[in-house]
Amino acid sequence: MTMAMMTYLEAIKKGIEEEMARDERVVIFGEDVGGVKGGVFGVTKGLAEKFGEERCFNTPLTEGQIGGLAVGLGLVGYRPIGEFQFADYILPAVNQLISEASRMRYRTKGDWTAPVVYRAPYGGGVRGGLYHSQSTEKVLFGQPGLRIVTPSSPHDAKGLIKAAIRCDDPVLFYEHKRLYRLLKEDVPEEDYTVPLDKANVVREGEDLTVIAYGMVLNHALKAAETLSEEGIEAEIVDVRSLYPLDKETLVKAAKKTGKVLLVTEDNLEGSIMSEISAVIAEEALFDLDAPIRRLAGPDSPSMPYAIALERAFLVDEDKVRTAMRELAEF
Amino acid sequence: MKKLEASGLTTEEIIQAYRTILLGRRLDERLWQLTRIGKTSFNISGQGHEVGQVAMAMAFQPEKDYFLPYYRDMSACLVWGMTPKDILLGSLGKEDDPSSHGRQMPNHYGSKEHNIVSHSSTVSTQFPLATGVAYGAQLKKADYVTLTATGEGAANQGEVQEAMNFAGVKKLPMVFVIENNGYAISVGVDEQYANEKMSDRGPAYGFPGIQVNGNDFAETYLAFKKAADNARSGKGPTLIELMVTRLTSHSADDDHSIYRTKEDLAGLREKDGLTLFEKQLIEEGYLSQEELKAIDSDLRKEIDQATEAAERMPDPTADSILDQVYAD
Ligand SMILES: Cc1ncc(C[n+]2csc(CCOP(=O)(O)OP(=O)(O)O)c2C)c(N)n1
Ligand SMILES: [Mg+2]
Repeated sequence: MTMAMMTYLEAIKKGIEEEMARDERVVIFGEDVGGVKGGVFGVTKGLAEKFGEERCFNTPLTEGQIGGLAVGLGLVGYRPIGEFQFADYILPAVNQLISEASRMRYRTKGDWTAPVVYRAPYGGGVRGGLYHSQSTEKVLFGQPGLRIVTPSSPHDAKGLIKAAIRCDDPVLFYEHKRLYRLLKEDVPEEDYTVPLDKANVVREGEDLTVIAYGMVLNHALKAAETLSEEGIEAEIVDVRSLYPLDKETLVKAAKKTGKVLLVTEDNLEGSIMSEISAVIAEEALFDLDAPIRRLAGPDSPSMPYAIALERAFLVDEDKVRTAMRELAEF
Repeated sequence: MKKLEASGLTTEEIIQAYRTILLGRRLDERLWQLTRIGKTSFNISGQGHEVGQVAMAMAFQPEKDYFLPYYRDMSACLVWGMTPKDILLGSLGKEDDPSSHGRQMPNHYGSKEHNIVSHSSTVSTQFPLATGVAYGAQLKKADYVTLTATGEGAANQGEVQEAMNFAGVKKLPMVFVIENNGYAISVGVDEQYANEKMSDRGPAYGFPGIQVNGNDFAETYLAFKKAADNARSGKGPTLIELMVTRLTSHSADDDHSIYRTKEDLAGLREKDGLTLFEKQLIEEGYLSQEELKAIDSDLRKEIDQATEAAERMPDPTADSILDQVYAD
């Protein structure tokens, strides 16, 4: 297998590029996505030149339209990818995502379908303030018919975006903004996909189980290395498939160590971790040796801008390490 | 009102148009009956919209053109190829209902076989979808045209503006229709929008907007024909405001006598497009009173048979509740 060193961002771009080359039905659009700019983060840079302005194009600044345009193209056989410039701006499109994309198959019993991908850069720690930092995945969570996935490594980024594009269901693809250029690793140059419905055990350990995704998953992985020197071995699971959840893998990992720490950079209340906590409580209670713990942002409406405020909101590596140690010692 | 022959349609086509208009009326009356006796739970009807809808739909090529309707568009769907039985299966919530297999409320028309896209109950969400269907024609270099419809109240939704704006930018091969019946449930147009005409919004997005009298068959047909021809030949979209009358309450759950004035209610008969069309057919020598009657009794029989056939069809079973949530 030949490998190439790639950032998380480059891996997403490579996945899209490969799919556009292999399948003419794949088209991509959004605000600043076409032309020479290729997205405010540069994920689609060069695609318009390579595949033409009809397949990679700018839309007006209208998110509801981006949401519905994708569904309409899906109805007539295309594999559209709509980009929301920031996950924060998915909110104007929620109607299209919930009322149309997630229900089209069900409400016609499969006669009409919406094989679409929506990409959305999410996450904080970029000095983005209230409206460029949010984790809006919980807004769309729990809408049967819709899938939500997020990669936490360059390897998964390429394989997951390819699987999302090939999937016959609408898939919401969350990309962590901080991970775009932070993570770099060897990624296969060959064609491969990563399943859209499977969580991933990224580290094995016996003392506690950490369940997370995105930036905070990477914090947990680093913390686990230093805790290992203290004799604490953590099992770490990347949720990856945010909806529907891969309950089997999550419950199995919870039962294995009997101590569960759920970490999210979203607010504590009503996050995806709230549902995971309920699933584990229902299915693994008698295998638990400690109460389920959640580590999350405070319940302020969103992440504020000033440095001290942003830090106070963020779940960083130290906070994760402390929570892991405390639970291991419980 | 224009003479029917001004439409350029043949005598047979005009008589066929009448059959469909009357079928739309009689079928809707059947749906009300079924609702009153409790066999269906709901009805929302296009009575008063039929002439405009049939003239509109006849300007398209249903074998290849796409239609994204709203809930009053039964008559237009009949032109597009749906049958009375198809419509009845939907209202009765039967498994073979082509619109939703018994999953959506009555009057949410759709049929994959006939290029009629399913619509939600959330008003106007079909507008952005229609632009996607139309952009597909540009990508495929196909010459189909996409038609989408909504009411004058629902036309104020943000997604309608977003969709029309995009259609103007991309010069999409499509036609937008706003069926203006003067009411959004109980709310009149004065509280709905401040433009003089809804059709003024077309030019605001860079394409023509025209208002037509939906009781004038020839005028309506010609306006849509031109719009469809323009779309097909790459000249871009058109917005048509189709002026119609809502003859009934908003739906089976509404009573319009509490908010419509006595004069408004009393004047409805005179504004009934069906009666006006019949008068035109007789005066312009297409059909005699007896021939009209004969068509009516044929249609009533057809609807009785369709009702019996639809009622005999199986209901969805409870164990199918989770079918087709996801692919596989
Ligand atoms: C987004 C949304 N808001 C409210 C409703 C409830 N509702 C259904 S129809 C309707 C009035 C629509 O009026 P108009 O668009 O003029 O169409 P008409 O029924 O007169 O044909 C309302 C308020 C809805 N279905 N969707
Ligand atoms: Mg109205």
